Amino acid sequence: MAARRISSLFSRSLSLPTAPASLGFGRGMQRFTSSAAVIDEPIIPPLQINYTKLLINGQFVDSASGKTFPTLDPRTGEVIAHVAEGDAEDINRAVSAARKAFDEGPWPRMTAYERSRIMLRFADLAEKHTQELAQLETWDNGKPYEQALTAELPLFVRLFHYYAGWADKIHGLTVPADGPHHVQVLHEPIGVAGQIIPWNFPLLMLAWKVGPALACGNTIVLKSAEQTPLTALYVAKLFQEAGLPDGVLNVVSGYGSTAGAALASHMDVDKLAFTGSTNTGKVVLELAARSNLKPVTLELGGKSPFIVCDDADVDHAVELAHFALFFNQGQCCCAGSRTYVHERIYDEFVDKAKARALGRTVGDPFKNGIEQGPQIDLKQFEKVLRYIKSGIDSDATLECGGDRFGSKGYFVQPTVFSNVKDDMLIAQDEIFGPVQSILKFKDVDKVIKRANATRYGLAAGVFTTNIDKANTISRGLKAGTVWINCYDIFDAAIPFGGYKMSGIGREKGVYSLNNYLQVKSVISPLKNPAWL
Amino acid sequence: MAARRISSLLSRSAPLLSRRGKQSYTSRGIFRYTTAAAALEEPIKPPVNVKYDKLLINGQFVDAASGKTFPTLDPRTGEVITHVPEGDAEDINRAVSAARKAFDEGPWPKMTAYERQRILLRFADLVEKHNDEIAALETWDSGKLFEQCAKIEVPMFVRLFRYYAGWTDKIHGMTIPGDGPHHVQTLHEPIGVCGQIIPWNFPLVMFAWKVGPALACGNTIVLKTAEQTPLSALLVSKLLHEAGLPDGVLNIVSGFGPTAGAALCSHMDVDKIAFTGSTETGKIVLELSAKSNLKPVTLELGGKSPFIVCEDADVDKAVELAHFALFFNQGQCCCAGSRTYVHEKVYDEFLEKAKARALQRAVGDPFKSGMEQGPQIDSEQFEKILKYIRSGTESGATLETGGDRLGTKGYYVQPTVFSNVKDDMLIAKDEIFGPVQTILKFNELNDVIKRANNTRYGLAAGVFTSNLDTANTLTRALRAGTVWINCFDTFDATIPFGGYKMSGIGREKGEYSLKNYLQVKAVVTALKNPAWL
Repeated sequence: MAARRISSLFSRSLSLPTAPASLGFGRGMQRFTSSAAVIDEPIIPPLQINYTKLLINGQFVDSASGKTFPTLDPRTGEVIAHVAEGDAEDINRAVSAARKAFDEGPWPRMTAYERSRIMLRFADLAEKHTQELAQLETWDNGKPYEQALTAELPLFVRLFHYYAGWADKIHGLTVPADGPHHVQVLHEPIGVAGQIIPWNFPLLMLAWKVGPALACGNTIVLKSAEQTPLTALYVAKLFQEAGLPDGVLNVVSGYGSTAGAALASHMDVDKLAFTGSTNTGKVVLELAARSNLKPVTLELGGKSPFIVCDDADVDHAVELAHFALFFNQGQCCCAGSRTYVHERIYDEFVDKAKARALGRTVGDPFKNGIEQGPQIDLKQFEKVLRYIKSGIDSDATLECGGDRFGSKGYFVQPTVFSNVKDDMLIAQDEIFGPVQSILKFKDVDKVIKRANATRYGLAAGVFTTNIDKANTISRGLKAGTVWINCYDIFDAAIPFGGYKMSGIGREKGVYSLNNYLQVKSVISPLKNPAWL
Repeated sequence: MAARRISSLLSRSAPLLSRRGKQSYTSRGIFRYTTAAAALEEPIKPPVNVKYDKLLINGQFVDAASGKTFPTLDPRTGEVITHVPEGDAEDINRAVSAARKAFDEGPWPKMTAYERQRILLRFADLVEKHNDEIAALETWDSGKLFEQCAKIEVPMFVRLFRYYAGWTDKIHGMTIPGDGPHHVQTLHEPIGVCGQIIPWNFPLVMFAWKVGPALACGNTIVLKTAEQTPLSALLVSKLLHEAGLPDGVLNIVSGFGPTAGAALCSHMDVDKIAFTGSTETGKIVLELSAKSNLKPVTLELGGKSPFIVCEDADVDKAVELAHFALFFNQGQCCCAGSRTYVHEKVYDEFLEKAKARALQRAVGDPFKSGMEQGPQIDSEQFEKILKYIRSGTESGATLETGGDRLGTKGYYVQPTVFSNVKDDMLIAKDEIFGPVQTILKFNELNDVIKRANNTRYGLAAGVFTSNLDTANTLTRALRAGTVWINCFDTFDATIPFGGYKMSGIGREKGEYSLKNYLQVKAVVTALKNPAWL
């Protein structure tokens, strides 16, 4: 039942868009069309920032250099807190704590049941602190509080329940031999796992990474994104309360080129998992290749097609395509950022997609009924505006939006382009913002080719009630996830990851365990075997 | 039953390569290495002709685009067997575009799994029919024993293809419980065009480890062979086409690593790379993938595998197994048991017998029956081994026997044993890849575990004990992808093989090998009025 409840909460994120219509004029809430409006004073969450240091070997400590960096409120660009800035020296300290916790510590030597109990206790604690965690996540990241509270936190808790259940179900195999040998395969923890998570879903990405690593008995050095260091430190504290031994989970806040690179290059790290951009992912893999060949899992960028077939219920398709792109300010690696619409319904679709975007409520993410908060930071904000300009310059039709929203913080107007061509930059690059590109198609075979003509292959959406089309398209698309008549369904059991340059490996589901296990074959001869 | 037979052949390899030599060791062309001054007699003329010596692209045997060729040499003499087209970037491009077309347009991935299976089974039958011809070519090109090829490796090749043929129609995806009203399934799809780079120490077996699972999963392939051993891959590929493999599904490019190999690893249209070879080259392979299109990479690399002889050991058996673990295939095994740790209680006896066993090793023309050791693969490896032997002597290890080349022609090396080896000596740290056994002493189990793990490698390990507790403790503690207890080099098709640490990434053989050649696609559909969730 818990699962059902969480899902319905999560699917509610889908229906969020229509809800605000009834309460649309609350304070601080703006249709983006009133773009001249200035956002009211930001709501300050009733929250104290207690954890701003690095967590190494169970202690919150300053960075070795003593340096700190500010983490900013995306609504205003103002400082929330100064956080210890970890670099190579701190990574070294964290890795040696994790190494010791793995090689000598109780963690891998506990029973799987004991590990499972600690993870369950942690999930319970996270559930108890749902509000504070959701507030902290919104403050640091700018995502709607309702989304954090009713979709992401329950999913975070659900993921740890899921992985707690795996702890005592890591089975090896016994294997039939070609002769008188007893063959077994042990699935062992891989060791010290380095994990680098992004800023768009700080808590969920932590759960995707930390959950399976702990379930498999590993120890961890986690580098959070410099834009969003706060929630990881908070949950690390809860993990301690739940009984996680010191050194098992170390959290280093800091930058990619210093702390991240040191982690990826470290000779004593046995595994690296990274979520972020394709360009950084290439660097991460290269650093692993140049150092100790640690296996690398990569979850990278995307330019996922959302294909609306001619049999579509247009209203429903518009709503889903809108959600697929605009969810989380468009800051999703799997955003449905190429909306392919069949020519028969194209004009109607564009009209309604435009109307839907114009109806999108943008404003302070702490406000009820808000659908869209600010982008994460100035750099992303400017990048998004640059792509919008490129869309205009390349002669796509700007249907709505196209500029910043308000005059403070990093808000961007929900933007829709029609008449987009495959070779335009906005149809090729990952924009990572609230910019929908609508393209026209007429033939299923051809749209499959066009959908696949990208270096990415993370996800895809298909909107049709025709089972033949659904089957043809879902086999034909080179993408790690195909959502049919739905989008962004992220249940714990569903594997997620990319084809092509969208990544290597899968997270979530049974598949995620591979990332954190080594396989050891053990063979001994049999004397007088009763069977072979 | 076939399976049983092959295994017994393989397990026979230990006695085959040791005891039998004793009976026949005065026959012509066989040398105990102690007769080191003797020159080898004229090499036996191989009972085979080279029929296929071009690149195989899109089902056609063709010259290299550049027209260049390179010689492949007989390791017994260093003389030229034949000249083979030297593929480089341009040929890799041609081969990849053939493989791309064969994948994207078919028919291979669009056949039923059963049809693919039938082709692989027909191929296995054809190879079995040509067993001795293939074995002879392998021996000629690589210098490994003909008996070993004919009785172990080619049968193992056949067994591997039958194994993978059986997998073709058992590649199952999953259905998955959703957290809400969704129908969730995962498809396990072929990954696409696979680049595969194989080494010279087991050309055919490595071919089977790579090509078998890639074809079973419905992929197409560009295979680069080692420049030392290009011939057997071309012969079996011809047979694979006779068995009905469509053109372009398997393309073979002979050539060198820095040209053809690098082009394959960097290619933007290759979806997967699998490489077996040295750790240094493996790092480059991964780096090229990182710099190009992030194709997933499987690596099977070097090793410095410990072989731990506990105090309860039957010393005679332990000596024989440790000898086999190191000297098999001229010591040219990535998983060679190249650090022999012996408990101090049995150390002296072990050492004496290990030395005597090495002195007995029959070295000579690999086409002779009763031989245990042929030549090393080429002059580069030969020189490298002699350099390590000098390093062992200079670092104060005791040279018990061997230590020099054997004869004056080709690349034969005396079976060599070092005792009093310390962990920090180069010969105890580096992969020598030759017939050089290094024996180290230990007195405490926990200590030997630490020492055994104190290496950048983690490919395999041997444990010799009859004590269950000792076996269990060592098995869990050793950071290695394979632990052989009271056996070594058991390589059944079903047993996954691969490395911890810098010995590699991923596993080959067994069920595990399939995931190297599959992409996972989650397909999620909204459910209306579901009867159950």
